[in-house]
Amino acid sequence: MNKLAWIFKMAWRDSRSSRQKLFLYLAAIIVGVAAQVAISSFRENLNDSINEQSKELLGADLEVEKNEPFHDELEAYLDSLGGERSDALSFTSMAYFPKSGTTRLSQITALEGDFPYYGELKTNPASASSTFQDHKSALVDEPILLQFGLEPGDSVKIGLVTYQISGALQEVPGQPVAASFFGPRIFIPKQGIEETGLLQRGSQLEYISYIKYPEGVDPLIVDNRLDAMNDSVRFSYDDVAERKEEVGEAILYLSNFLNLIGFIALLLGGIGVASSIFVYIRQKISTVAVLRCVGASSNQAMSIYLIQAVVMGFIGSSIGASIGTLIQLYLPVLVQDFVPVNIELAISWSSIFIGVITGVSISLIFALFPLLAVRKISPLFTLRSVEINLSKLLSLVTRTLLFGLIGLSVIGYAWLMLNNIVAALFFTLGLISSLLLLAGIAFLIMRGARKFNPKGLGYEFRQGLANLYRPNNQTSTLLLTFGLGVTLISSLYLTQDMLLGTINFESEQELPNLALYDIQYDQNEGVNKIIQDNGMEILQNVPIVTMRLQSMNGKTVSEFLADTNRKARRWTLTREYRSTYRDSLVSTEKLDSGSFIGAVENLDVPVPISVSTDLMEDLNAQLGDTIVWDVQGIPISSYIASTRIVEWQTPQPNFFVVFPKGVLEPAPQFFATTLNTSSREASLDLQQKIVRAYPNVSAIDIGQVLETVREFIDKITFVIQFIGLFSIITGLIVLAGSAATSRFQRIREAVLLRTLGAKQRQVIKIQVIEYVLLGIMAALTGLILSVGASALLGYFYFDIEFIPNFTILGIEVIILVALVLTIGLLNTRGIHKRPPLEILRDEAA
Amino acid sequence: MNHILKIDQLTRQFKSGDKLLTVVDRVTFQIEEGISCAIVGPSGSGKTTLLGLAAGLDQPTSGEVELNGINLNPLTEDERAEVRNKHVGFVFQTFQLVPTLTALENVMVPLELRGEASRDVREKALELLNEVGLGERSHHYPTQLSGGEQQRVAVARAFINEPKILFADEPTGNLDTETGEHIENLIFDLNTKEGTTLVLVTHDLGLAEKCDRIIKLKNGEVDSDVTKERKAFA
Repeated sequence: MNKLAWIFKMAWRDSRSSRQKLFLYLAAIIVGVAAQVAISSFRENLNDSINEQSKELLGADLEVEKNEPFHDELEAYLDSLGGERSDALSFTSMAYFPKSGTTRLSQITALEGDFPYYGELKTNPASASSTFQDHKSALVDEPILLQFGLEPGDSVKIGLVTYQISGALQEVPGQPVAASFFGPRIFIPKQGIEETGLLQRGSQLEYISYIKYPEGVDPLIVDNRLDAMNDSVRFSYDDVAERKEEVGEAILYLSNFLNLIGFIALLLGGIGVASSIFVYIRQKISTVAVLRCVGASSNQAMSIYLIQAVVMGFIGSSIGASIGTLIQLYLPVLVQDFVPVNIELAISWSSIFIGVITGVSISLIFALFPLLAVRKISPLFTLRSVEINLSKLLSLVTRTLLFGLIGLSVIGYAWLMLNNIVAALFFTLGLISSLLLLAGIAFLIMRGARKFNPKGLGYEFRQGLANLYRPNNQTSTLLLTFGLGVTLISSLYLTQDMLLGTINFESEQELPNLALYDIQYDQNEGVNKIIQDNGMEILQNVPIVTMRLQSMNGKTVSEFLADTNRKARRWTLTREYRSTYRDSLVSTEKLDSGSFIGAVENLDVPVPISVSTDLMEDLNAQLGDTIVWDVQGIPISSYIASTRIVEWQTPQPNFFVVFPKGVLEPAPQFFATTLNTSSREASLDLQQKIVRAYPNVSAIDIGQVLETVREFIDKITFVIQFIGLFSIITGLIVLAGSAATSRFQRIREAVLLRTLGAKQRQVIKIQVIEYVLLGIMAALTGLILSVGASALLGYFYFDIEFIPNFTILGIEVIILVALVLTIGLLNTRGIHKRPPLEILRDEAA
Repeated sequence: MNHILKIDQLTRQFKSGDKLLTVVDRVTFQIEEGISCAIVGPSGSGKTTLLGLAAGLDQPTSGEVELNGINLNPLTEDERAEVRNKHVGFVFQTFQLVPTLTALENVMVPLELRGEASRDVREKALELLNEVGLGERSHHYPTQLSGGEQQRVAVARAFINEPKILFADEPTGNLDTETGEHIENLIFDLNTKEGTTLVLVTHDLGLAEKCDRIIKLKNGEVDSDVTKERKAFA
């Protein structure tokens, strides 16, 4: 037998009685790799699906959109392309379903032509998609039909026209299911759309053309030509390549983000590996010393455990990869609503390969710490039993090199995932900072526990407390792994809570729960009368005037757009502004600077306007700047007299620009009205009455919208939490591993205490106190860090003041402490009822 | 006469806080091939430290150790391990069996480390286990054996590489009198049979008396050095 074969044989023999102890080590790797493989397999499948269904993402070769009829030049160019063309008008409007007597703000697409050219409008019955245009009928989103108990053959009234519903709309090429979250989609024929009476001024119309190129058209040439044209005629367009890139990018960001969260689970697993192997090797010191004594070289001794670590890493990674492949079958259920393609699942061998390699590498890199220490175990330990601190056996240079190696590996992996070295460096830096912070807190806890000597408290409490800092304690391991997992998950919970908190207006009675839009000038009084006749109070009745920015400080929009050094953002220059006029600020606004002027009489001088602070920033404007507005053909000069901070998240009409009274009154305008209905039924009843009388008026049921938003946020956070959960599981496994590997020492202590006369209850109490203290420390540390992280997110990213939800925090502490305690006590199961000597003999094996 | 072990001005110091402790102090002696030698002395006299140095388990602060003609001082730890594997056998007070290996596997380790053919090694290990009376228990793990049985396995392991010299550290210290005597006899019998030199550290004067030579340590220095044929004082 050669020497290498002996090392393998020895690794096998030595592992026989220890495999159970290494199971938890395995589990830490399994969970991490499972998360990795699940996400990357899923990403690959998604990418493949996008590539295969790329044309279906758009349904055509080219899509052109504009919020007014196409300019002649654009129209002429599109005609010159030849091929096939479908035209559509898209807008939101109330849909009234006579059979159920219900109304719903819907996304209407009035279509003419054979769109989609790639993929299909899936309907039930299938024939409806090809016949609805000829039969002057409508296709209505299936969920709304189910919700209102409707079926093909029933009718829907849009504006003044009643359409027969010819089919339930199931799928629109390139649109995820989530597209219907904020209003059901309804397809009607474009022909005769004028009869609905919904095309008047003030309606938000989108003119869309879908084009299928004839043979021989080079998409790149079309792209260049449209790009050049877009500088003078403002419109937007998308071709297959662009849409594919957009969708691919969005999915890449999401999956990279999830991958990094999963990677944290794997890194926690790595820490688990390091701590399990540390304790494992500590139990092997005498074995190594004996082997060294009888002639094993330092490398041979290390190789025995290196092989064990690699093999266990490989087995763990392989099991993890298999579980990950199974989990990816579940991931489409979570995200299918958000992606615009049908996800086709297949086993991704490359993901499995990368997952296994990553798992083995992580196990190896983290195991190197204790393994290199094996080389330093002296044969002299056979003669003298000494307590050795393994990590101190390594020189400072070796330790620095190992930390460097781990750091580089993390940066490398993050770079691979994010494809951006700066982001990868920040990710690594953030992770290292968090771990250092947690390690620092663990150090402080241990110091604190040592200094805190509550003589008044009982013996059991003092022993339990002392276990936090005694040799072989689990404080650092638990704080690092469990703490990081808790930080991650809790940050997600708290951020979700923070976001939902901003739309939680239920308790605020003075806020509206119904908003009516697109009320024409001559309809305003009638609508107000219906509201009052129903005994409801109008909270706001706001006039809205549409306008465009013509020039600012003498510079025209075209000049701005041509200026490559401009600081104003494009959208601020090209959008259609919906402004109002009034004489005072409303409750959702606060004066930021200047003075708000409520009314003017002299129209010969520039009008003092008030601009929201957000627009000021994006427009790069200053107080006093002059702006000329094109108010539906009439230029109106103004200057910025004041700026306002606007609470945009409140459910009422808010405006970028507010004019004083006395200027816009004669301009064509429409109204928005908000009110607070006493109940959901009263709201539905009122909506029906208004829509029947004025079909063009849109009603936004704010309660329903908020419910939808909540559902949407819940779904997204669930996906993230699902992946984040892997970190918590890993944290628990690492805790279990750490507890299991210190089992022998715990048992020795328990047996010694019992030999010295401690009662069984006292021994258990000491352990309970230790684990409860550990649980509280780890949970509180993780939660406090997550509160910090959420507050930072709120401040820098969401611009929301973060107020921690103490109910959530309290529940989390209880659950986490219970988990730690359960795992801790499970670890010492079965030792209390058996004779001390019998236990020691068994455990030494 | 050939000397299997030459100790020359051997000193071992340890740092204890700010103090420097000299545990073995300029010890010099030589041991002839084939004899048995006991190192005795009170606790803390430096017996075990001296044994560790002599067997190449530790590095001296100064002085030299020559084992079977090989100067251990310039050797690296791995090179010393090779010397131990080829020429040295060990028996410890706490048996020091590898708990995860069976009795047979424990005995096989030194030869397996050399890369010898496993069938031969197994046969030889079984033979030795039979000699120490444990042939029937070769597949038992250390925890399934009594203290005396474990020490017998350790003795078999110590002899499997046909060592030139056997170091034993309190080999009967953890055993009852009867078992201790059995182990003593076993070690001396095998020692005689294999022609091995025996160096043992013990508190047990009865055991020491069975040896050809007794070196007594006191405060890290040789206090007396007595052989059965001729008595001499250092």
